[in-house]
Amino acid sequence: MLRIECPHCGARDEAEFSCGGEAHIARPKEPDKLSDAEWADYLYMRTNPKGILAERWCHTFGCRRWFNIERDTVSHEILRVYAMGEPRRESGT
Amino acid sequence: MKKNKRYSIFSLARNARNYHENWAAAWRSPEPKPSYDAIIVGGGGHGLATAYYLAKQHGITNVALIEKGPIGLGNTGRNTTVIRSNYLWDESAAIYELSLKLYEGLSQELNYNIMLSQRGLVSLAHSQHDLREIERRVNAIRLNGIDSEMLSMAELKQLIPILNLSPNSRYPVIGASIQRRGGTARHDAIAWGYARAADDRGVDILQHTEVTGFRIQGGRVEGVETTRGFIAAPKVGVAVAGHSSVLADMAGFRLPISSHPLQAMVSEPLKPIFNTVLMSAAVHVYLSQSDRGELVMGAGIDKFNSYAQRGSPPILEDILAATVELFPIFSRVKMMRQWGGIVDVCPDASPIVGKTPVSGLYLNCGWGTGGFKSIPGSGFVFAHTIAQDEPHEIAAPFSLERFSTGALIDEHGASGVAH
Repeated sequence: MLRIECPHCGARDEAEFSCGGEAHIARPKEPDKLSDAEWADYLYMRTNPKGILAERWCHTFGCRRWFNIERDTVSHEILRVYAMGEPRRESGT
Repeated sequence: MKKNKRYSIFSLARNARNYHENWAAAWRSPEPKPSYDAIIVGGGGHGLATAYYLAKQHGITNVALIEKGPIGLGNTGRNTTVIRSNYLWDESAAIYELSLKLYEGLSQELNYNIMLSQRGLVSLAHSQHDLREIERRVNAIRLNGIDSEMLSMAELKQLIPILNLSPNSRYPVIGASIQRRGGTARHDAIAWGYARAADDRGVDILQHTEVTGFRIQGGRVEGVETTRGFIAAPKVGVAVAGHSSVLADMAGFRLPISSHPLQAMVSEPLKPIFNTVLMSAAVHVYLSQSDRGELVMGAGIDKFNSYAQRGSPPILEDILAATVELFPIFSRVKMMRQWGGIVDVCPDASPIVGKTPVSGLYLNCGWGTGGFKSIPGSGFVFAHTIAQDEPHEIAAPFSLERFSTGALIDEHGASGVAH
C-alpha cells in the first residue's frame, strides 16, 4: 500500500488516488508535421525504467487535483511530490 | 530423445527400486560456449518454448538460453494457469488457438505430464450489456472455428451449483458463455518439460546468467554481454516479459510497454467443490480450484508501474470481495499465499512478436496478463521468426510497426476481466 502525500490534502492511502502514468509527455506543438513514427512515439512509446519514474497522479477521491511524483519502481519509495507543470529534476528520468 | 531419459511406467518402476535417488538431471548445466547460432534471452515459458521449437522445427540446435535466475520462476511460476483461446479478433484467435492446440498434444510431445485439464471456462454476464457482449464474442469465436457457446441459467446452475445465482445479489448473474476446451495446466511442468526437451536436442540452458548489454555493430547484433562474459551469436531473441523495456533500453530503442504487477493468490486446500474456471468482468475475478484443492484467484493489474514482484492490498481486497460476492460459501475460507508477477502491458493489450530496429535482434513481449496460455504458440511463431528472419504469418500482425501504422489489435475486453 502506497501512502501518497497529496500536496493539497496531506498523506492518504493509495486507494484514494488514480495513477495517470508517465509524466512530462508534451503534446507535439506542430502535429501536422509529425511522421508516423513520431506520432507513435508520442502516443504509445513509454519510459518504463527499473528505478526512478516521474508519473502523474490524481487525488480522485479527495481534492480531485492532479500532481506529479517521482517514485522508485522497485522499492515503491516516493522521492518527491511536485506540481503539474513543474520541471522534472535532472537526476530523475 | 535418448532412451534412458524417457519417462514411463518402466522408468518409474526402475527408479523406485533405488528409492528414487538415481534420477538423471532433467537438463544439463553447461558452461557457456564462446559463440552460438542463436541466443534466447529469458528462461520463462516463452523463451524455453522458443528454444525448443528452434531445435525441433528449424534444426537450429546450437542455441543458448540465458536466464538471470532459475528457469520458470518469473511469471511462468506465478500465474493462475488458465488456458483458453476465446478471443474476439481474428489475429488473436489464430495465435491463441495455435497455442491451445499445441497444449492439447504437449504432454505426449514433451514426454512430460503438463496435467492439462480441459475443465471448461465460464464467463459471466451481470448486465444486458455484458450479455450482448459475450453473445457477440461467442459468435465471433465460432466463426473462427473455435468452440464457444452460451449457457442457459439452468445449465449454469447445474455446472456450478455453488455459484450465487440469486436475483437479489448486488450484481446478479443473468447469463454465461463457456469454452469447453479451456481449462488449466501445471505451470511449472510447462517450463520444466520444454527445458528438458530443448536440452535433449542440444540447447544449452544457462541459468544464473544475466544479460548486461548487447554488442551491436553497424545496426547488427553480434552477441550479448553477460555476467559470465561475452557470448556471440548472429541472432538474439528476447522474451523477458516485465523486463522487456530494460533490455530494449540496452539495445537503444523504445517500447510501448509499461510494467505492472499482476497478483494472484491461493486459499487453503479444500475438498473438490468447483470443477470449472470462472471469470467475471463485472465483479472482476477469475477463479479455479487446483488439483491440490486450493482456490486459485486473480484479477486485474495494479495501476502503477512496478518491478517489485508483489501486489498492492487494494487489489487483493477487490479480488476477495468479488470472490465472496460470487461464492458466499467461500466467505470463511482462509487465504494461504499471495504474490505478484511483473507483466508487460501494451496499449492495445496484444503482444509484440517480431523484428526490432536492430538487425538480428528479435522481440517477444507484451503478453501482459495473458502470457501463460500463449506459451506454446508464442514459442512456435517466434522460433519461425528467428529462424527465417521473417515473421511467421500468425505473428505478422503483432509487429512493433503496428504502433506506427495504427493497425492495433484491441483486446482490452479479451480476458473477460476489465483491465
